[in-house]
Amino acid sequence: MSTPHHTQSNVTNHHILSVLVQNRPGVLARVAGLFARRDFNIFSLAVAPAEEDGFSRITIVVDVESTPLEQITKQLFKLIEVVKISELDPRRSVERELLLATVRATPEQRGQVVELANIFEGKILAVGVEAITVSLDGHPDKLDDFEELLSGYGIVELQRTGRVALPKLDREARLRAVSNKQGKAG
Amino acid sequence: MNQPGMKITGAQALIKSLEMEGVEVVFGLPGGCILPAYDPLLDSTIRHILVRHEQGAGHMAEGYAHVSGRPGVALVTSGPAATNMVTPLMDAYMDSIPMVCITGQVPTTAIGTDAFQECDTVGITRSCTKHNELVMTAQDLPMAVRQAFHIATTGRPGPTLIDVPKDVLTNMMEWYWPTDDEVAASLPGYRPNTKGHPRMIKEAAKLILESERPILYAGGGILKARAAEALRELAELTDIHVVTTLMARGAFPDSHPLCLGMPGMHGNATAITAMQKSDLLINLGARFDDRITGKVSGFAPEAKVIHVDIDPAEQGKVRRPDVPIVGDAKYCIEEIIKAIKDLLAAGSVQADTGAWKSRISGWREQFPLSYEPSEPGEALKPQFCLEQLRDNAPAGTILVSGVGQHQMWSSQYWHFEEPYTWVNSGGLGTMGFSVPAAIGAKVAHPDKTVWAIDGDGCFQMTAQELVTAAVERIPVKIAILNNSYLGMVRQWQEMFYDERYSEVYLSPDVPNFVMWAEAMGCVGIRVDSPEEVQPAIEKANSINDRPVVIDFRVDAREKVFPMVPAGFSNDDVLLPAAQEERRSALR
Ligand SMILES: Cc1ncc(C[n+]2csc(CCOP(=O)(O)OP(=O)(O)O)c2C)c(N)n1
Ligand SMILES: [Mg+2]
Repeated sequence: MSTPHHTQSNVTNHHILSVLVQNRPGVLARVAGLFARRDFNIFSLAVAPAEEDGFSRITIVVDVESTPLEQITKQLFKLIEVVKISELDPRRSVERELLLATVRATPEQRGQVVELANIFEGKILAVGVEAITVSLDGHPDKLDDFEELLSGYGIVELQRTGRVALPKLDREARLRAVSNKQGKAG
Repeated sequence: MNQPGMKITGAQALIKSLEMEGVEVVFGLPGGCILPAYDPLLDSTIRHILVRHEQGAGHMAEGYAHVSGRPGVALVTSGPAATNMVTPLMDAYMDSIPMVCITGQVPTTAIGTDAFQECDTVGITRSCTKHNELVMTAQDLPMAVRQAFHIATTGRPGPTLIDVPKDVLTNMMEWYWPTDDEVAASLPGYRPNTKGHPRMIKEAAKLILESERPILYAGGGILKARAAEALRELAELTDIHVVTTLMARGAFPDSHPLCLGMPGMHGNATAITAMQKSDLLINLGARFDDRITGKVSGFAPEAKVIHVDIDPAEQGKVRRPDVPIVGDAKYCIEEIIKAIKDLLAAGSVQADTGAWKSRISGWREQFPLSYEPSEPGEALKPQFCLEQLRDNAPAGTILVSGVGQHQMWSSQYWHFEEPYTWVNSGGLGTMGFSVPAAIGAKVAHPDKTVWAIDGDGCFQMTAQELVTAAVERIPVKIAILNNSYLGMVRQWQEMFYDERYSEVYLSPDVPNFVMWAEAMGCVGIRVDSPEEVQPAIEKANSINDRPVVIDFRVDAREKVFPMVPAGFSNDDVLLPAAQEERRSALR
């Protein structure tokens, strides 16, 4: 659900929610259904099991242009399986995303693409006669830059994972447990 | 009988679990996948009411819950039965009605194969339930039932659904009954907050004492929280007028001098205007529905807002509160009362509301609800029928309504004196609600008279449940305000589509409601003229061994007033013709 062509320009409207859920059948459908039904925008979404058995963490980047973040978190929190929601402040969290791209590259251009990948500390995954597949993991902004430069060669296929994030491990790291303050929805 | 550890079938465990939850009645209709559950039901203390359409089971469960406060239970099979439940589930969700629906499902081994009568019930009902669950093993059933009842009845109440595959019903399990702690531990993400924040409560008390133009805006949450007594105490302590929304009719007695009745699209001019001109709206369990606010940007522009709601997501959803209080309405009101008394004891003085009160009484005098009574020989007026029904109703009568003009007149012209005497479909506006909901209400309170006010359009959607009522000996009374039209839609076409009536005319003669009623085992009475009204009502009130249907032939041209047209500001409320000339007094 990542929309790669939205770049930094509207990053200010983006908020990262880290949502701890009970890992039960249909929980992702509930979250996705809620966003669709209430006309909230998801910019990207990533799900995987969390540290504790039986729980998953969903990292949702939401676009709050149309709906205040508060209403989104409160509605999310009403889902029975949602245990905790933290809003991650981008300045105080680490964010990562993975990008895979197959780019057109003639034998003559191949070196340029490889060099580009090296500069970004990306990897070459496969090389064909007219194309090359690269990967890069890093901060989503870095991926945006990489993607833009790759697009000059012609992107054949591209897949980004959507970002995942955790609070920074410094003393300042603050997790704002947004909805917990007001108690769990009935 | 069943000891912990005893081996029983899933079906037995399901029925046993319902008994353990205190369920005394379920509304349902069997079929293939739910069949195993119907066998142990034969040996159960639970009464089963066999409906003629599953939608009826759902609305009956709602009606039962509305008046009793206990969760209504519906039991139906898979596929088409489950999809028939969608409307009542959504209805219950919109009006926060506690209800538990149990659906059969194809065996676990067949799920996902498009088996006969398979449907993705949990998927379909996800957005019309507070929570739902597909139970995959018999062993999970008692916990699933406990969770469903717990979630349906706590916090902001609502419908829950348990989908039970057939093999889960036939498989063996070891009986157990989860403790409260085990239920809570199984739902780590569900902790409704009932205690309002003490600082916010103090702040609310302070604002209430400072306000010169306060209004208590009482919503359905008052009834859910069983807070009518507390509301009355707060109103009387502070001498503040109360408006009761469509969902809160009866939460504050209409005869009380402080009661202004219903605000909103078809509210009375005083209730609408009092909210509009207020400097402090004390919202207790209401949700700033668009039918109340009219155009939101023009709604109560000078009012500060205190908002008490158990659902945090209602805070700031439509109107940003100055004082948000998340909690149970009864608890919060009682705390606000204490805080006000503390402030008064410490020497605070309530602001002078005298000028405001005299404005309100001026409006009440000049803008009462009114209609033009019919001249002799003219068509019967629906409002007249309602007044007669009201004045002849035994004390404690429960009024249920369908959706349309007759619903608005019911809310306007009835005098609600007690909580839980008004049942209607507010949020979803479901035509066909009233007949089955009335049956559910009567099942909960067999000793009370239950009148359903229905439209001729609505009646035709779910009337077959009168067969259920006749066979099960549930003597509800139905008054059809038969205007031969989808009247509410006709009203909009008359007013906003240049009287271009498109597909709103229903035949005046087909069906023959009296014959239809008789065919369903009810008494049918037809009323054409004003003189016949009272005798017909008296006759209906005297019949207690079967349902009664009165077909009141009423004036099709009658419109509901006042009216705030959709998208208009409450300042622009349309008044009955006779009052328009003095509308400048609504200031
Ligand atoms: C299931 C459903 N379909 C359509 C509507 C739209 N609708 C609202 S009121 C109304 C007319 C109801 O007609 P009737 O029952 O005769 O009541 P009246 O307004 O004439 O009193 C309609 C069609 C609805 N509310 N519910
Ligand atoms: Mg009608």
